[in-house]
Parts: sequence; C-alpha cells; structure tokens
Amino acid sequence: MITLKEALKLPKEEISNLRADLKRVIQEKKNIGAYVEQLTCKPISEYGEGIPVAIKDNIQVTGWEVTSGSNILQGYIAPYNATVIDNILKNGLAPFGRTNMDEFAMGSSTESSFYGKTLNPHNLKCVPGGSSGGSAAAVAGGMAIAALGSDTGGSIRQPAAFCGCVGMKPTYGKVSRYGLGAYSSSLDQIGPITQNVEDAAILYDIIAGHECRDSTSANIVHVKVGESLNPDRKMTIAVIENYLEDASLEVKAKMIDAIKVLEKEGHKIIYRNFINSKYDIATYYVIATAEASANLSRYDGVRYGNRAPSDNLKEMFRKSRSDGFGEEVKRRILLGTFVLSSGYYDAYYIKAQKARHFIKAQYEEIFKEAELIFMPVTPTTAFEFGSKSDPLEMYLSDIYTISLNLAGLPGISVPIGKDSKGLPIGGQLISKAYAEQDLFDGAMSLERALR
Amino acid sequence: MQFEVVIGLEVHAQLNTKTKIFCSCPTSFGHEPNTNVCSVCLGLPGALPVLNKETVKKSIAFGTAINAKVNKKSIFNRKNYFYPDLPKGYQISQFEIPIVEGGEIYIDFEDGSKKRIGVTRAHLEEDAGKNIHHGSVSYVDLNRAGTPLLEIVSEPDMRSSEEAVLYLKKLHAILRYLDISDANMQEGSFRCDANVSIRPKGETKLYTRAEIKNLNSFKFIQKAIDYEVERQSNAWEDGVYERDVVQETRLYDTEKNETRSMRGKEDSAEYRYFPDPDLLPVVIPDDMMSECTKIPELPDQKRDRFVSEHGIKEYDANVITSSVEMARFYEAMISAGAGAKMSVTWLTVELQGRLVNGTNIVTSPVDAIKLASLVKRIEDGTISGKAGKDVLDYLMQNSIDVDEAIEKLGLKQVSDDGAICAIIDEVIGAHGNKVVEYNAGKVQLFGFFVGQVMKQSKGSANPNKVNDLLKQKLDS
Repeated sequence: MITLKEALKLPKEEISNLRADLKRVIQEKKNIGAYVEQLTCKPISEYGEGIPVAIKDNIQVTGWEVTSGSNILQGYIAPYNATVIDNILKNGLAPFGRTNMDEFAMGSSTESSFYGKTLNPHNLKCVPGGSSGGSAAAVAGGMAIAALGSDTGGSIRQPAAFCGCVGMKPTYGKVSRYGLGAYSSSLDQIGPITQNVEDAAILYDIIAGHECRDSTSANIVHVKVGESLNPDRKMTIAVIENYLEDASLEVKAKMIDAIKVLEKEGHKIIYRNFINSKYDIATYYVIATAEASANLSRYDGVRYGNRAPSDNLKEMFRKSRSDGFGEEVKRRILLGTFVLSSGYYDAYYIKAQKARHFIKAQYEEIFKEAELIFMPVTPTTAFEFGSKSDPLEMYLSDIYTISLNLAGLPGISVPIGKDSKGLPIGGQLISKAYAEQDLFDGAMSLERALR
Repeated sequence: MQFEVVIGLEVHAQLNTKTKIFCSCPTSFGHEPNTNVCSVCLGLPGALPVLNKETVKKSIAFGTAINAKVNKKSIFNRKNYFYPDLPKGYQISQFEIPIVEGGEIYIDFEDGSKKRIGVTRAHLEEDAGKNIHHGSVSYVDLNRAGTPLLEIVSEPDMRSSEEAVLYLKKLHAILRYLDISDANMQEGSFRCDANVSIRPKGETKLYTRAEIKNLNSFKFIQKAIDYEVERQSNAWEDGVYERDVVQETRLYDTEKNETRSMRGKEDSAEYRYFPDPDLLPVVIPDDMMSECTKIPELPDQKRDRFVSEHGIKEYDANVITSSVEMARFYEAMISAGAGAKMSVTWLTVELQGRLVNGTNIVTSPVDAIKLASLVKRIEDGTISGKAGKDVLDYLMQNSIDVDEAIEKLGLKQVSDDGAICAIIDEVIGAHGNKVVEYNAGKVQLFGFFVGQVMKQSKGSANPNKVNDLLKQKLDS
C-alpha cells in the first residue's frame, strides 16, 4: 500500500484511481469486516475527492450515517463535520469509509460492535483489538492508507499493536474533540493509525490545532512535528521495569530486544517503577464510566436514533435504551451511575480524581530525568474471539495504556516484532504533554533501528 | 397555637443575552418551534458547549448589586435526569461552587421600616425546552433549550407572603435596573418557586417545607403561599401534620386557588451532580471583574438620592423607584425642567391612573417630555391644575402637543390683571350688599366672591391672581 507521504505527492487523476483501487480491495477483503460498509454490504461512504482516509464510526462526517457502532444510532445522519474532518479536507485528504468499533468505544476487541466482528488481518481467528479495531485492521489489511481512531484508554494504541501498525494518541487538548461522539470527555482524544511513524506525524499535524468550539482544546499554536522529524536525536528513555514483569514472556522478550536496540542507537536507558497498574484500572473505570453515564444520556429516543414503541414516557426511555444499547455499554452506564450516586460519590468519584492526580504526578517525576518512557502496549498479543468472556479479564488488556489517558499524555504504539504465532507485538513510547516532537523523534529512531 | 411562617424563594431569571449560554443560537422569544437550535442545544453526538462570556458578566453585575461574593473561580456541573425537553439528559448547572454567594436584598415596608433578606447563592445554568401536549401526542420545542438562567436562591428569611412579594419585587427591580434580564413573568423570564414551612412561634428549628411551583404572578405567589400556610397550620391543629406535610413539590392551581402534590416523597431526586468535563472551571479575569463591578444606580440608591436631592417623601421615592421604567420616566421629567413634587403627583397619580387596558409607562401615549411640559404649564400658571387633568385626558387620546391641546380646549388661564380686575369690578358692583357685610367683618364671604369671579370667567381666571386682586379691591 502506498504511504500517506507518497499519496500526498500524487496528481489528482491518480488519487481517483487510488480511490477506485481501494474500493476494489475493500470489496475483495470483505470478510475482514474492518469497515462498517463491509459488514452491512453497502457502498463505501465518501465525502469529497481527496486522498482517502478511513474514519472511525464515532467521528461526525456531514451526510454520513455515524453510529458509534451502536444499534441506538441506526439511521442517524450526521449534519455536520467534526473539526478533524474539516482539517483533513483542507489538506487534500477526504473521509473514506466508516471503520468498525466497539459500541461507543467501550471495549478492547471490537466484539461489542452492533455490526459484528472485525478480524485481525494477521490471524483471522484473533481479534483486531479495540475499540478502534476497524481502523487498525483496515490499515494493517491494506484496505486504507491511513485511518483516524479515538483513544480513551488505549483504543488507538492497543489495536495498532494487535494489528502491527502505528497508532498515536496526542496530548489531551491537542486535537479537537468537536464532532467526536463522546465516551469519556476528559480522556477521549482522536489520533492517527498509519503504516509508519512518519505518516502518523503527517496526519497528526493535519488534525492538531486549537478549536474554539471545544473548550478543552489547548489554546496554543501548533508547531508541525512532521517537518522536523529527527531520528538521530539522542534521548534519555525510562523503562518501567515492573511493567515488563507483568507482560507475557514473548512480549517481554521483544521489549528487551527493543530496549537493546534503543541503547545501541545511542539513547540512554534508565529503569524506573510505577505503582501497580491495578490502581490505574480502578481509577479509569470509575472516571470513564461516570462521564459515560452522562454522555450517553442523550441517546433517549426523543430526537434521533432508535425509539422503541411504547405507551408512555418512562417506558419509551427505558425500552429505547434497553433495546438500543449493548451489554457492555449498559454495564458501564450502570457502573458510572452507581459511582456518582449520593453516598458513593466521595468513595469512588472523588477518590478516583485523587488517584488520577497521583498517577499524573508519578509521570512528572520520571519526566524530570527522561524525555521518553518506554513500555509494552499490551501484556499479550491479539487473543482469539470469545476467549475473554469475563469483562474484568478484558479490562486487563488495557493495563499499560490507560494511565496515559488519565495523565493526559501523548503516546505512540510502534511494532517491535512478532510472537511465535506471527502476531504483532507493539512497544509504547510516551512523552511529556505537548512534547510530540520528542515522541515522534524517538518513535522514528526505534522504527528505523528495527527495520 | 401561634405559628411563624418561614419562606425561602428560588427565582430563575433568564439573562437577556443575545445568544444562548453554550452555543450561538439566538435567545429570541416566540419563533416557530425548533428553529433557534443547533447541534449543541439539540444535544447531537459530538457537539460541545462553549460558555457565553456575557452570562458571566451579567452574573458579576448581579453579585455586585446584592453585595455578594463573586467567586473568581466557579464550576459547571452536570445535573442528570431524563426528560424530553432536556436534550442531553443532563442540565449544565453550577453546584458546589456557584458564581455568586452570600448576598442580601433589603425590602421596604409601607411604614418606612426595612428588613434584610439573605441571598444564599446565584448560579448559572441552561434552561430546558418546552413540552407541548396535544391530546395524546406530545411535542418538544427546543428553542428555549440553552437559554441562560441565573438561579437566585434566598435564605429562609421571609415571615409572610407580603414579605415574599416585597422581596420578589425588589429582586425584579434590581434585575431590570442592571438590565441583565427582561424579568417578564408572563413570558417566563422570571420564574419563582417558593419553599414554605411553619413552626410554633418562638422555635428556631426549621420544619418540613413544601416547594410550590407554577407561580407566575405576584398576586398568585401571595395567594399560593397563604393557601399553603393555612393547609399546614390546619394539618397541625388537626393533628395530622406528620402525615400531610411532607417534603415535596406542590403545584399551585390558579383556578381553584389551592396547591396540590406533584410527586411523592419517595421520588426524592438523585441528580448525580459531577463537574462537567466538557467545560473548564470559570475563572474571571481581573479586568472583567473590575469592568463588571461598575454597575448602574440601584433602586435603593436612587430612592435615597431622590429624597435628599429632590426633597420628595421617602414613600413617594419608593413608589417612583419600584421599577426602572418609572424611575427613568421621572428622571426624564426632572431633566425637562418639571418640579419634583408636581412630577411625582402627575406621574404616580394622574398618568398611572389613566394607564388602562394594557398600556403601561413604556407604551404610554404621553411620554415623560410631554408630561413634563404639562406640569410646567401648571407651574407657570398657564393652566390650572384642574384644567391640567382635562388636558391630560385629551393627550391620552390625541397625538398632539401640550400647548396645542391647551389652545384647542380653550383652557388657557387668564392671568392678565386688567381682564381679571374688570370681572372683579363687575362682581363687586352686582353684590353691593355682600360687600357691606364683608366690610362689617363677615370675612368668610371672601370665598363667595372668588367663586363668582371664577364663574364669570368660566374657570379660566388664574385662581391665585383672583385671590390677590380681590383681596386688594375689597380691602382697599
């Protein structure tokens, strides 16, 4: 597949050929189910004529049915473009196809989508990761040049790692959330999923920047990172030692190889420890579900989306939501509703906010000594469909990714090898807030050294 | 048993900003349903709120006016509940840290005494839409959704329905003086809920309160509170207080003049407030704070100034300053050169008495300049006070200049000494015997002569002149 960098140099006629080719490939690889259109047997959604970029089904594109992978939004046509869509259109790119996702971005395997499964292109028995599993599978399966995903607790980086592509979550506030169907407002960020680090930097530069329609958007001028990428910079990289111990043997082995490679590249490696990641999980599931319980209240069947036939108001709300939401979404709404209830608010929500500050401080401490942090993306490689029936077990696939969202920091998932079954393994680099230049420089150095 | 009434009031005042609190839709009133809406106030997926700074400025002005603390940093929360007119399934409101805290409003009684009513807090929030019911079908109009509200919560400091109404009227006047709200009860831009409880006189603890909603005029507020107080007192006397008086929301029925339970106690709301992650804390910059604390003159200050500078009575000054429109009218009359005391009478008695059938001080056909001209014509003796009333009647019906009206009605007073002296001479000549009696000491006959002169002149003689000249003639 042509890279985004190459595609940006193509003359106009060749872009339309490229779009036609992509449509053919998407049709051929229908079984992967990376796109919602592949699963629903509909023609690929299009808007404009630029270089095609696959769009996660929770990012608003005017005139598209945008459903966040949910039954409750069936038939909902978005009347406006998300900021990121306006930004890609301005730069000669165009939204092209809706990628499959866990319902409302809640999940780590894309299995909770209303539309059905997306397969991992590296092994069709395995999940692509989630929630941006469709975006990662589309890029990994040669069905997209690049894609946009959203990351609340690892939803870009984890599927990128499972599918062997590059996935990047920007600093909270760097990319506008305007037009992103909200899961957890204080954690959500849109980011690129691409074939290589340089493409990720290019797409990140296109979507980043201040947006006055988003109060949480950082009001700073965006300095492009793609134009000054420098893989030759030597940095201090902190490895989180206790996190290595929690990973599977194969993941750990590839991480150790990657650390050696980084050292050989001239980076200084130091070893530090984090508190047990079980605290990250607990904090995340309190904050994310609390915010989600309110964010998803607007799906009530009154103004748009699915409305269940009913005799009275209470029943209309109850049935529309009971029928419209899937099991995992309902579980998280219930959990979030519980932690915000009077009598529990202090014990859960307030405590989680304190823990969040602690987690952030822990990162800041390490960043006094290092420019980057290096850790695995996931404890294991992609698992098989249906293998994680216990939701708590599923939540553990996010142990390395969620603390970053809690701290608002940028991170990138870079392929560092494969396991014995041929499934990709990802390594994760993390930088200080707004230090995306460090992040991409380090990621490029790692990518180049491993090639 | 003697009871004490305890009343606290919650007022929702719509702020008169051009656009809504979290989006740029207009706040104008009376449009086709669902036309002043956008992705934000419809609660579409992905839409985000952005705070309208004007609402903050108006809140600062209000906080300053009631001598409250304006919090430099306040926080927006989500208040969660489901209702068709609430697009997001939560209302963005302020909870732990409101923008305004701890103020006071003074109410004035007719006898000149005053009372301080504490204001606990005032916070910003968004209004909901409206549900419209047609038989078995209900519709939702979201034009109003997202209109900025300032919710003003009083301390339970009022002890009678009269005090409650005085508080509301003063609060209403303050909002209008500051020009931060239209505060129109009929249009719903000034809405009031009353928390009412009773307790045996002498006790200090608070008993169970009922919250009365649907109060859309000062008259109904007073009646609803009186009804509720009676209901609670009767329940106490009948020994069923515990059973009948529960913490609940009651709706006032204006037709039947009664309050009715709206929902049971068991439905005590669980709003699950938490800080809205889509909005940053509101931090007021120093320059905005200092700009917005400069507020126009308020009713109490204006009243005191009118008393000291114009020498009018405190009671009259209270009446004049009870509404900003009246105060402006009066001030315009004074600027146009009318005297203070005459202006008070002609505005509050004569003009007010003629404003009927929905006309008010703003829509009055006689504006301040015209009324001032009329007052000046009385003051300079061109017409008599009595004739002035006829002129005002005529001005209410006809769009015409004051002097033209006087001319047209032939009410110009004769102030010319020669003309009046001629009539006096005529009257004295015709009543020679009465003149003799008067000179013999029957001085009360003076009134008779004045009457005769006025009658001869068909009322057009200037009475003061008549008095003076008649006295000269008779006593010479």
